[in-house]
Amino acid sequence: MSISNTVVGQRAKRTTSAVPKIRTGSGLPARAGVGLKPEHFRDVLATRPDIGFFEVHAENYMVDGGPFHHFLGRIREHYPLSLHGVGLSIGADGPIDEAHLDRLDALIRRYQPASFSEHLAWSSHGDVFLNDLLPVPYDRATLDRVCDHVDRVQERLQRRMLLENPSTYLEFEASTMDEAAFLTEAVRRTGCGLLLDVNNAHVSCVNHSRAALAYISSLPLDTVGEIHLAGFATDRDAAGAPLLIDSHGSPVDEAVWGLYAAVLARIGPTPTLLERDNDVPSLATLLAEAQRAENLMPAPAGPKRCGIYWGCS
Amino acid sequence: MTQATFAAALLTPDLPCPAGLQAWNGSDPTARLAVYRNNVVSSLIDAVADTFPVVQELVGEEFFRAMASVFVRRHPPRSRVLAHYGAEFADFVDGFAPARAVPYLGDVARLERARVFAYHAADADALTAEMLGEAMSSGEDLGALQLVCHPSISVVVSKHAIVSLWAAHQGDGDLSVVDPALPESALVVRPGLDVLVLRLPPGAARFVIALQTGAGLADAAGLAAGETIDFDLPNALALLMSHGALTSVQIPRSRSR
Repeated sequence: MSISNTVVGQRAKRTTSAVPKIRTGSGLPARAGVGLKPEHFRDVLATRPDIGFFEVHAENYMVDGGPFHHFLGRIREHYPLSLHGVGLSIGADGPIDEAHLDRLDALIRRYQPASFSEHLAWSSHGDVFLNDLLPVPYDRATLDRVCDHVDRVQERLQRRMLLENPSTYLEFEASTMDEAAFLTEAVRRTGCGLLLDVNNAHVSCVNHSRAALAYISSLPLDTVGEIHLAGFATDRDAAGAPLLIDSHGSPVDEAVWGLYAAVLARIGPTPTLLERDNDVPSLATLLAEAQRAENLMPAPAGPKRCGIYWGCS
Repeated sequence: MTQATFAAALLTPDLPCPAGLQAWNGSDPTARLAVYRNNVVSSLIDAVADTFPVVQELVGEEFFRAMASVFVRRHPPRSRVLAHYGAEFADFVDGFAPARAVPYLGDVARLERARVFAYHAADADALTAEMLGEAMSSGEDLGALQLVCHPSISVVVSKHAIVSLWAAHQGDGDLSVVDPALPESALVVRPGLDVLVLRLPPGAARFVIALQTGAGLADAAGLAAGETIDFDLPNALALLMSHGALTSVQIPRSRSR
């Protein structure tokens, strides 16, 4: 942490005043949140932890009824919600799936999430769903297509979405711009916000031998509506270079905490999700990790955090 | 390189790494593509394993994952909603030659799939004795009454003791005394938040399947009685009602509500 604290201080002095005060954020509170896992449904309702928000994967709730809707409905009464899509396939070379947009619209009407986000990636080809977030080349044709798709999503859902920077393992010879330029242009043209996944930034930058802080600094940070933090696994490529895998199966790495602190110093308190999708630990463990994120946020000058949503006593 | 080429390379490990991919250090991109290949196939195998835990216990994890890896490549998901992935798994297991030594494996898969279907099915209130009594005293032909099944229900008919086998794997009953060759039929239903697996008495499976296809009470009971003289209509109705498997009574040709 000592290294990152130093970075924070430097960054804060140099750039804070340059960042616009108006936050075009997500509507989520500038606090830490955790992913809502079915194994924690009952625990959440029984203990009502003091947490900023919960996030769910939209596709898990595209079912007719049953416990998922029962518990999400009850938990939503007490917490703000972030709806995070993993199946919209915004980077696909085919058109956006209108039936999937209809399902998203229905979920948004039902649960009134404070934020909807999706990935700069593709996950379906034709009618085959590949269940992974796959990479796109950063060229003009892809940029145009992604912007058309984001426009269509925002038009259909009648709301601004957040677009998440990906973790990638490969690069395309066809790319003509870097990822930050691509995201900056997509955000500028569509008016969407950025979901800054700091772990993805770290993973991709290690995988492609770039400087993560420089990458993050070149993103449109004034449009960040939410931050994601997660853990990664470590592998090696064919030449023995480190290849980090965005696994969501372990605690947040110290390097990612350092980058996160640097980001906060730049943009101030920001809704931050601790993502854990594999080897999910106890709710208490997730909450402790969320508390660490919240401890890194300077106290907001605005309204007190407690309010009708949070049920603080 | 198109996304079609990339997608094909993900699901077919024998295909070469598509052209146009690179790594900063000039290393062979095949090793990096392997991360995506593994993400796709492993996550889908995990999804299948989540739905069919007893099938996995019956054949062991190693065999199960090998079998599932063939399945996910042959039947990748056709929906972005994975909750119902694996509809073809039981039929696939029936035709999977290395699994033939376990003849009941496919039917256990059908039972597990029915449980996941029930878990996510639409909610509906159960038919009460009062509602049934009201319909029965409506002056209509009792035999023509149509009993409407809960949206979550499935019937799994088997030549094997699938309910006993499944229950033993939940710690309910002793697996060593289960005779897999005894035929059993299962009713799967979720009246509230919990999915129930019930062993159906003789003829009741035929009765429920008839109800599901819209048959009237008399016709459904007739089909069940034609299958076995042991069919007990009051007993079957009591079983279904006490587990919330029926939701309403429709009176054909009568004043609609």
